[in-house]
Amino acid sequence: MSAAGDRLGPTLFERSRHGRGGGKIPHPPKDALSRIPADLLRTEGPNLPELAEPEVTRHYVNLSQLNYAVDTGFYPLGSCTMKFSPKINEWAARLPGFAALHPFAPDEIAQGMLQLLWELEQALAEIGGMQAVTLQPAAGAHGELTGILMVRAYHRSRGDLTRTEVLVPDSAHGTNPATASMAGFKTVSIPSAPDGGVDVAAFRAALGPQTAAVMITNPSTLGLFESRIGELLDAVHEAGALAYMDGANLNAIMGRFKPGEAGFDVMHINVHKTFSTPHGGGGPGAGPVGVGERLLPFLPSPRVLREPDGSFRLERSGERPTSIGRVRSFAGNAGVLVRAYAYIRAHGAAGLCEVSDDAVLAANYLKARLGGVLDVPFSRPCMHEFVASGATLKRETGCRTLDVAKRLIDYGFHPPTIYFPLTVEEALLIEPTETEALETLDLFVEALGRIVGEAHQDPELLHAAPTSSPVRRLDETTAARQPNLRWGTMIGSRTPCPD
Amino acid sequence: MAYGLHTPEDRARMLEAIGVASVDDLFADIPVSLRAQGLNLPPPESEAELADRLCDLADRNRVDLASFLGAGAYRHYVPAVVDQLLLRGEFYTAYTPYQPEISQGTLQTIYEYQSLLGELTGMDVVSASHYDGATAAAEGALMACRATRRERVLVSRAVHPHYRETIRTYFSGGEIAMEQIPLVAEGPAAGTTDLAALERMLADSDRPVAGVVVANPSFLGLLEPMAEVGRLVHSAGAIFVAVVEPVSLAVLAAPAAYGADIAVGEGQPLGIPLSYGGPYLGILGCREALVRQIPGRLVGMTTDVDGRRAFVMTLRAREQDIRREKASSNICTNQALCALAASVYLAAIGPHGLRDAAAMGAARATQLEAALAAAGAPRLHSAPYLNEFAVRVPDAAGIHRRLLGRGVLAGLVLAEVEPGDASLADALLVCATEVTTGREIETFATALCEEIERGRQLALPGIGESAGGRRLAGGSL
Repeated sequence: MSAAGDRLGPTLFERSRHGRGGGKIPHPPKDALSRIPADLLRTEGPNLPELAEPEVTRHYVNLSQLNYAVDTGFYPLGSCTMKFSPKINEWAARLPGFAALHPFAPDEIAQGMLQLLWELEQALAEIGGMQAVTLQPAAGAHGELTGILMVRAYHRSRGDLTRTEVLVPDSAHGTNPATASMAGFKTVSIPSAPDGGVDVAAFRAALGPQTAAVMITNPSTLGLFESRIGELLDAVHEAGALAYMDGANLNAIMGRFKPGEAGFDVMHINVHKTFSTPHGGGGPGAGPVGVGERLLPFLPSPRVLREPDGSFRLERSGERPTSIGRVRSFAGNAGVLVRAYAYIRAHGAAGLCEVSDDAVLAANYLKARLGGVLDVPFSRPCMHEFVASGATLKRETGCRTLDVAKRLIDYGFHPPTIYFPLTVEEALLIEPTETEALETLDLFVEALGRIVGEAHQDPELLHAAPTSSPVRRLDETTAARQPNLRWGTMIGSRTPCPD
Repeated sequence: MAYGLHTPEDRARMLEAIGVASVDDLFADIPVSLRAQGLNLPPPESEAELADRLCDLADRNRVDLASFLGAGAYRHYVPAVVDQLLLRGEFYTAYTPYQPEISQGTLQTIYEYQSLLGELTGMDVVSASHYDGATAAAEGALMACRATRRERVLVSRAVHPHYRETIRTYFSGGEIAMEQIPLVAEGPAAGTTDLAALERMLADSDRPVAGVVVANPSFLGLLEPMAEVGRLVHSAGAIFVAVVEPVSLAVLAAPAAYGADIAVGEGQPLGIPLSYGGPYLGILGCREALVRQIPGRLVGMTTDVDGRRAFVMTLRAREQDIRREKASSNICTNQALCALAASVYLAAIGPHGLRDAAAMGAARATQLEAALAAAGAPRLHSAPYLNEFAVRVPDAAGIHRRLLGRGVLAGLVLAEVEPGDASLADALLVCATEVTTGREIETFATALCEEIERGRQLALPGIGESAGGRRLAGGSL
């Protein structure tokens, strides 16, 4: 068995031995619970594993080594902006003054945190060209919901109850249509034009008095800047609708394009993308939302307010009746926001502009170099990411984009995002970010070149890939048909597959 | 740029390969009229300067007080091993495990998290995580509506006010109505959910109820009659959503045991720092019959082509990137690293450690109750509680403020979060956990006693003025 195979380990439950562990928490007196009626208590303790610290440590360190991560290698996962997460940000979030601060701490003992949040709001508003920012949403999709609920509140406040539709381009992230549904709107999908932009004629035809908002990702999920954006925004506003900007791709345009100034009414920002807060294996992130004049009254509560004397406070419950209300408990993912703040202060104005320039430069470099290796459907300059396609390769060799992606693992790279956007056949969405060395980009190009060669000469290498990873391709069908989602319980035997 | 790697030579080489003269050319698609001219932000800072600035900001937050503040976020002892392991870059700089072959670490830890929380709650399925307790509660309520195809949700007034507000916001886009179940006004059950009122609300057959949301312990710290709630809810064909606190589940009856169909809660007490409100951990679990309604990622066990046990994200057809507008929720990014913290915490302290934490909190709270009662602040309610309770204090807001100056964070002024509720007008919500010390309790009780006495003196008719008058008179002599 390979070294990697050896690391595949038992679960916590298999490691457990009765009588191990302890010594962390003081023992309570025996009668600690005697004042609580017995029928409210648990009859049997939970069946949690019993482990000692040495094996807890080894368990998790070994598991960590089965992961690919930005700290271990190149992670060109398009639309996710897997840039380096600076270490000082981790240190900062752990300072007791931040980490031990209770969310209900009175304003007078939380001035440092409130100032940080207020300054971060100002900085994000400047970057987005927005009037104001809320830091409350916990993630990008949560920010989308916040934004679209504000749009709904805006139309209602004007007595305009006929707007039931949200227009979403067919290349959009799945969160856009899912958000529209959650906020009570019907999604109308707008086709893409051959050049990758929005089909303007179809867009205009779909706009009308029933349109509440348009959700546009710019740069788009194809990595292209929507050059007709001015025209589109004018059309949206002429129709009485509002323009939502999905800010997932903000990393391309800092200092070059401010969505609010260009006419967008609302946008979310993924701080775990553009502002380097770590992705954490899927989260946590934070999804601040910026708004222009029209949506200002509807921002979720509480806002961070600066008093005339320079002190800061949180808005009180019910202080601003036009607010859509809370979208979560407390003030937001403050620990994540501390990291984003540190990132912005480290870079300053010039540094953030350089971030975007270098991200766009790196993507265009990869795109130019890969032009002879894979199909590159859109020839004009890309922004921070670009789409390649394995359509020709599939036709010629039978190897699919999935096979190419899996073979990249054998070459030591995390694969790009694949089969997204849905509008490009056999798509690979490649986003190098600005924190990768030129040597790394060159190695990636070389690896893809070799893989394409292998596809022609020995396609089985691709079909069988990966072979160097801790496990090989998984049986996802059985996982879905007979779901085992919890140790010791097979729910699939009793539940039909929901798919 | 602070973390970039490109030298001027690198940039020149890249521009040459692309075939453009400058980076500006790459932005030609931005219409000239809409181009921004840079950013109006402060200049860059060196890491040393930045560290100094961050320390200054952190130091202007007071975290050294004797704190009795809970109200949905709790201080607990977190073993050192938890944060050491969270600092593994392989965990915290990975993304969602879309490529399972090189993400088994994240996938197995999520599966173990689902299993550990399954043990605590008794639920068949627990999602990989939601944002926080409030959003998990809102999603739980939405699940109930989808499962029953009904549009009316009852939420106890003793559910955390932030959760109730969040549910209301989540409902504001659709047709779903949220109604609040009143609390018992007086007697031994005062402050708990009013079962008679619940029964009446459920009996309205023209407006069938989808789900009922009740918290145990409640926001006021009280233990609710969950088994009775469950019977009433199920006899109306509705779904029972229990809001739980995970450390308490070491000793309190599990949601599955009292008939909850969905369990939601705030996972922060499981080894996650307070951090002014986040990132926290939304716990969201359900019975297997509801699995197709649960939002967010799920990890399942399977095998690879060589037959090795492995883990993978599964039942993906519920999710937004596959199902788009028909998805069960729009959630994408979740709180995975916080779920990992909860798992490591549970692994590190084990079942006995968790029970000790819960029971020690109860024991400290018993001491706190006695000390505060002796100081003149008796409990507001008489129903059983675990480690958090409300006390009646004259001029609660004023006393809370004065105690702050004496190094005591005297819990939460309930009127600040429930301004409309007269029964909570002069009350503090206080809690104790295993980290609360006897000395802190003594400091609190002593200071409180003096402040109440001072307030009483000032309030006595005539005394305040005459005392002032004497001082004035003395001064004029």
